[in-house]
Amino acid sequence: MWSWDYAMEVSLVLLRALPAALLAAFSGFIIAATVGLAIAALVRSRFTAVRRIASGVAHFIRSTPLLVQLFFLYYSLPMLVPVSMTAFWTGAIGLGLHYSTYMSEVYRSGIDALPKGQWEASTALNLSKRRTWLSVILPQAIPPVLPIMGNYLIVIFKETPTLSAITYIELLLRAKNEASISYRVFEPYTIAGIIFIVVSLIMSFLVGRLEKGWRRRTSA
Amino acid sequence: MSPHSSCADNNMMSTISQWLPYLAQGALVTVKITLLSGVVAMLLALISGLGRLSALKPIRWLAGGYIELFRAASLLVLLFWVYFALPIAGLDLSKTWSAVLAIGLNIGAYGGEIVRSAIQAIPKGQYEASVALNLSPLARMRSVILPQAIARMLPPMGNLWIEMLKSTSLVYFITMADLTYEAMILRNNYYTDTPLIFGLLLLIYYVMASCIAVPVKWLERKLTAWR
Repeated sequence: MWSWDYAMEVSLVLLRALPAALLAAFSGFIIAATVGLAIAALVRSRFTAVRRIASGVAHFIRSTPLLVQLFFLYYSLPMLVPVSMTAFWTGAIGLGLHYSTYMSEVYRSGIDALPKGQWEASTALNLSKRRTWLSVILPQAIPPVLPIMGNYLIVIFKETPTLSAITYIELLLRAKNEASISYRVFEPYTIAGIIFIVVSLIMSFLVGRLEKGWRRRTSA
Repeated sequence: MSPHSSCADNNMMSTISQWLPYLAQGALVTVKITLLSGVVAMLLALISGLGRLSALKPIRWLAGGYIELFRAASLLVLLFWVYFALPIAGLDLSKTWSAVLAIGLNIGAYGGEIVRSAIQAIPKGQYEASVALNLSPLARMRSVILPQAIARMLPPMGNLWIEMLKSTSLVYFITMADLTYEAMILRNNYYTDTPLIFGLLLLIYYVMASCIAVPVKWLERKLTAWR
């Protein structure tokens, strides 16, 4: 049932697909962090309409499956507007948009944790909206929530197999191809699963160290 | 409105009504998998969440090991493993049970953390008072701790159920005829309507997610009314 020789061979093949999965995860994470910040700012807008639309759209994206969103971006968008994206960019943008709605909540918790006095002091100092956000609010709100953002990087990484549905070659699709060549399914899928578990555990160890380092610095 | 556009609208409505029976069939499968996985996940969440707080070390380790392992795993890879690899090891499950097992194991691990943190958030005084009143450990858990912990668990559990509903779309990969799969088949037959089909599909999932969120909100208000 289990062949060590084949397991070794397939491990090497699968590990070569790991950079593609990590690249998609990191790209998705950067998009999610950027768009998430924009959503967090928009839901605090002065204008009721902007607030409602931003939180409505975010709620819709968060309530629907990533897989269907990927299908929509990959198969429908080119029929509606004259753009066509590669599987990689569709995947990165899909992951990024989906998790931006989670990330905006993370930013929100960081911003809400700041004392109201920070906003009032900025007004008293006559700082512009831009200066208030960039020099007062964000530098204090973001560092404490960095570990939570790191956890979302892990979540995004674990979602990369979904991109196989739009033909992006990452770990799962590579394992599937290997299985269809060798007619052996046990080793490829088991090893793909182990790689995900090991990489996730390493990433969460690193996030834990980041959190500890941050605590030490703030308490010193 | 010009006669031409109203005619197009009628066409669109009649096309959608042709799709509805298929989508309804798929939606039923999606609901079925969500509910079955939900039962497995909630059981595993309760067992592992309580297990992590057990006085016995082996039970704590076992519960902790389950939670850490399945939170680190990728759900789609787990689903492939259960459906394609496990039969080689002698356990041949149907599509439905493969999906229920994979989703249940994965969501249950997240649920275990919710149960644990909700129980740990109950003030120490509640335990001490139960001991002072000479309640048995079982009565303490059932009548004092859990009723308060459940009120705390409710909002994150509601979100977890929505995550679970969303994750059932992954059964498309093992060719189970759920909502997403039915929509993909419709797309093959009505290729030019692809945007409409996927738009409709997103809308149906959104409505289903709201069917979870609204009662959870209501229950939350009800359970925390005493505060």
